[in-house]
Amino acid sequence: MKDTQAGAPVIEAKGLNLVFQTADGPVQALKDVNLTVNRGDFVSFIGPSGCGKTTFLRCIAALEHPTGGTLTVNGMSPDEARRKRAYGYVFQAAGLYPWRTIAGNIKLPLEIMGFDKAEQDRRVSQVLELVELKGFGKKFPWQLSGGMQQRASIARALAFDADILLMDEPFGALDEIVRDRLNEETLKLWARTEKTIGFVTHSIPEAVYLSTKIVVMSPRPGRITDIIDSPLPKERPLDIRDSREFIEIAHRVREGLRAGHHED
Amino acid sequence: MKRALPVLTVLAGLVVLWYLAAVWMNSTWVYDQAERSGTEVPFGEMVAQTMNQDRPLLPPPHQVGAELWKGLFGQAVTSKRSLVYHGLVTLKGTMMGFGLGIAFGVLLAMAIVRFRVMDMSVMPWAIISQTVPIVALAPMIITVASQVGIEGRDLPKAIIAAYLSFFPVLVSMVKGLRSPDQMQLDLLRTYGAGEGATFLKLRLPASMPYFFASLKVAIAASLVGTIVGELPTGAIEGLGARMLIGSQFGEPLIMWASLFAAAILAGLLIVAVGFVERAARKRMGVPA
Repeated sequence: MKDTQAGAPVIEAKGLNLVFQTADGPVQALKDVNLTVNRGDFVSFIGPSGCGKTTFLRCIAALEHPTGGTLTVNGMSPDEARRKRAYGYVFQAAGLYPWRTIAGNIKLPLEIMGFDKAEQDRRVSQVLELVELKGFGKKFPWQLSGGMQQRASIARALAFDADILLMDEPFGALDEIVRDRLNEETLKLWARTEKTIGFVTHSIPEAVYLSTKIVVMSPRPGRITDIIDSPLPKERPLDIRDSREFIEIAHRVREGLRAGHHED
Repeated sequence: MKRALPVLTVLAGLVVLWYLAAVWMNSTWVYDQAERSGTEVPFGEMVAQTMNQDRPLLPPPHQVGAELWKGLFGQAVTSKRSLVYHGLVTLKGTMMGFGLGIAFGVLLAMAIVRFRVMDMSVMPWAIISQTVPIVALAPMIITVASQVGIEGRDLPKAIIAAYLSFFPVLVSMVKGLRSPDQMQLDLLRTYGAGEGATFLKLRLPASMPYFFASLKVAIAASLVGTIVGELPTGAIEGLGARMLIGSQFGEPLIMWASLFAAAILAGLLIVAVGFVERAARKRMGVPA
């Protein structure tokens, strides 16, 4: 089923604008954003703070509402897409409920969406295995390291099997060694589940290593300055980061970021 | 033992201070007696006489202890002179007021967190309510209750106790129900969770630590309220009534013994609340 649809557009933004009304007057958070994300893409959004990368992700998730232009997710409005459980969202902090076990936390969306008990248990063990946390279901969040907690929060976002996974700087608060490991695992997860992933980061190596498409953004007003389709193969060992191709893409991302900054 | 030592040290210090104060305050009576009979009392004799007066200004600890013992174990618990009997009356009022206060405080907090208009209109009045001295309100509540045909003192006493105990619950629950941050609320929005689910799955469990912290204050406030509710004329049951009788009939020992019985009751109640809190924390996965 999924194969026939592979490459079809899932997220389409056309002339997207978002203006926040603040006490200091209007702030243009997104200006004229045009982007198409296809099924199975791994798209990274990279840029300095204030460039609107998180805001754009939140628009896709219907947590913010654009003030102009059109945005569709699976051909629907973001609000409709949410009701159809089109996406799972991973925040920068794991945000696990301290009063629930890991399994209990993963069940949270399932309880709200009304899955029956047996199905809940089946899915919990399935996603725990996906994020390599098998056997940790009965632990409480404080008993897990920061990296493991973030993996649990990814499992929570995967539990209801949405096609799209939106991740907002999920590894931003973790140290580099843990981050490398989780990046590798994220790629494996992506290969196994064939999901479409939107990934916000401010790390150039992370963006280049993970993505099939890199969206470079710049601030004031938040806009897209470059879209890079990565020529890297789907199989990516960690040492691909020393290859010439990798370094060239990283260079282009850096140039794009710098170009955005000249206008300050 | 390591935890008991500091507490015991303070206690010993207090007992010493208490004895000194008892000697000093009760000596007036000893010297007056001596002057009337035209005799001199040496210091040692004076101290001895301050220790065993029938109606001392300040009864020393051993006298209070003896009276307390007599009140607790000296007769059947059904006797009107038993502090256990009066203590149970007060306990009943306290628990009724506590329950009423929790229910009222939690419901009001839910409404305040949910409706902005409640926050703006009711919250200031809740705060003002606590500035009215309960001693002034208590007789009114009792009078009004009997006017509208409520038999007995149980309900008016519970209302007075609830008047004091709802407030800490209200303040803590408002804070607790508002404690989830934006990210956690956003997370639930991405699941399409409605208001009911957000309340049950997030706001309510997140408020529990605040709730239990407030219970210790609330149970103590409830006890104070109940005792105040037993003070107005007409009450013959409860530790509050006992204290008033002791004071009015010039029986300081009865007054002090009731006072200590109330203190013991308060201690037991707080320990009980502590047990409930610990059990709840354990269930909610808080590290020991």
